[in-house]
Amino acid sequence: MYYVIARVLQACLVMLCVALVGFIVFQYVGDPVLALVGQETSIEDRAALRESLGLNDPILVQYLRFVADALRGDLGISYSFNRDVADMIAERLPATVELVLLSGVLGLVLAIPAGIYTGIHRKGGWAQAIMALSVIGVSIPSFLLGILMILVFSVWLNWLPSFGRGDVAGVFGFRSSLFTLDGLSHALMPAAVLCLFQLGVILRLVRAEMLEVLRTDFIRFAWARGLPAQVVYLQHALKNTLVPVVTAIGLQLSSLFAFSIITERVFQWPGMGSLLLHAIGQSDIPLLAAYLIFVGLVFTVANLVVDALYVMIDPRIRHGKV
Amino acid sequence: MLIRIKSDFWYELLRSPITVFSALLIILMVLACTFAPWVAPHTPFDPATISILDNNLPPAWQDRSDPRFLLGTDMQGRDVLSAMLYGGRISLMVGLGAVALSTVIGLTVGLVAGYFGGLTDAILMRIAEVQFAFPPILIALLLNGILKTALPADVFATAAVPIMILAIGLAGWVQFARIVRASTLVQREQDYITACHAIGLPTHVTILRHILPNVLSPVLVLAMLQIAVAIVTEATLSFLGLGTPLTEPSLGALIQAGSQFLFSGIWWVVIFPGVMLLMMVIAFNLVADWARDYLNPRLR
Repeated sequence: MYYVIARVLQACLVMLCVALVGFIVFQYVGDPVLALVGQETSIEDRAALRESLGLNDPILVQYLRFVADALRGDLGISYSFNRDVADMIAERLPATVELVLLSGVLGLVLAIPAGIYTGIHRKGGWAQAIMALSVIGVSIPSFLLGILMILVFSVWLNWLPSFGRGDVAGVFGFRSSLFTLDGLSHALMPAAVLCLFQLGVILRLVRAEMLEVLRTDFIRFAWARGLPAQVVYLQHALKNTLVPVVTAIGLQLSSLFAFSIITERVFQWPGMGSLLLHAIGQSDIPLLAAYLIFVGLVFTVANLVVDALYVMIDPRIRHGKV
Repeated sequence: MLIRIKSDFWYELLRSPITVFSALLIILMVLACTFAPWVAPHTPFDPATISILDNNLPPAWQDRSDPRFLLGTDMQGRDVLSAMLYGGRISLMVGLGAVALSTVIGLTVGLVAGYFGGLTDAILMRIAEVQFAFPPILIALLLNGILKTALPADVFATAAVPIMILAIGLAGWVQFARIVRASTLVQREQDYITACHAIGLPTHVTILRHILPNVLSPVLVLAMLQIAVAIVTEATLSFLGLGTPLTEPSLGALIQAGSQFLFSGIWWVVIFPGVMLLMMVIAFNLVADWARDYLNPRLR
């Protein structure tokens, strides 16, 4: 219990740091007053605006106000869209989430069995082939893979659409393109591109952990007890590979979010990544700062969930022995 | 040399033909790109030497091609092979520069945190933890984006390569700091360090002459892996339009420029730079994989 509380406090501290960075970007990169006023605004009016925006207050007061506003979901107004940035993020979020979820699930479903297989049949032909493919998988830049897939499946074969999100349907109030056939055909290539890197990383990790565990004495003992192969592999060996694998999955979730920026650009997927790139292109500082804080929140929560999972998976942590 | 080459180095290297091949490929590419102005058949970014009449020519083995342009030309009549060599030069420069920066920062932070411990260690490692929660590519992207917003457009364009090195280098130091700190913690407790204290060596001599050489081999492996990562990061940022300007494009920028013409069937402006980028990254990854196994005999 002490462990969990300590981790939650630590997560709050991390969020305050992220908010500080967001605040510094928001406040000092570009002048908010200059961004709001026109050419002919007088110096007195500018000074009045500066005062009314609270820019003359002590830094600490400004920072605390920024944090308080962020907690209420008020992250400022976008310069280029003249709209509330929190609303804009909420609008774009489902598209990114569906992409991240689809590719995350796809990656795990393929990577864990493949990792177990290559770990067991280390020298086998199939295992060697899978490992060779995984080297390419972790090496190929995702934007290049995306372009190659568009070239093959959209330009040459004309099987799959190359951009956009397709038809969207609502189920339980969550509107997603995963619920329509057209939407799925649009999501297939982006999700495949996004999952390949994760696939390679997790596969290699599961394999390495399996190789470590399979050498230990308790596995030899399990064989000596005459247990069937699937019990030894899945119940004894796999269970003991889970802690590092869960850590990696937590980190991978963050990088899925980061890499979705690239995938969204390649396939013109209307998610948060496209929004961020637009913000950078237009020097839209409030949007940039809001994205930073939002993504920081997602990553911090993901890490927190991973730490909570440790406690469930590893009894040594639960009983404070590690 | 801080790491002495052991007698089994060549034996182990020659037992892995694919590593030898990758190493040779890296040497070849580094040489070809470094000496691009002399090696390349054309000077692709000099407007005086290119002609728009030569645009969109396919590679030399296809119909309607021109033997002067081995891998074809792009939409402005520039030779693809020459553009790739010049672009590869920028990619390698950014990759090596960024990793050098990450290594220096990571080594310094790791050695200081591991050797002194206590509050210094706690503060440095908390900073590292916060940054570790963010994927490096996102940090590099945001740093680049913020610098782009903060700096005037002409400054940003002329300093694109140093800015890229800075952004990617600052995004990658945490992993170096973590492994250096872990190794330093182990070394600090060894008897030879106690001996250093006993003979009254100054702290910086103990750290630089005695601890540093003993923590260097994992750093070397990580640096190799990180070169591949940095090259991909640079290419990705350039692809997103945040990296090198189109007047001196890296491989990523070349692919980005070419990808806009994909639907007109002009595949060579994308495929060839893409293949070169991929070969570069795979070669660095394979050499790093081999070096890791070589330096960690437990895995052999």
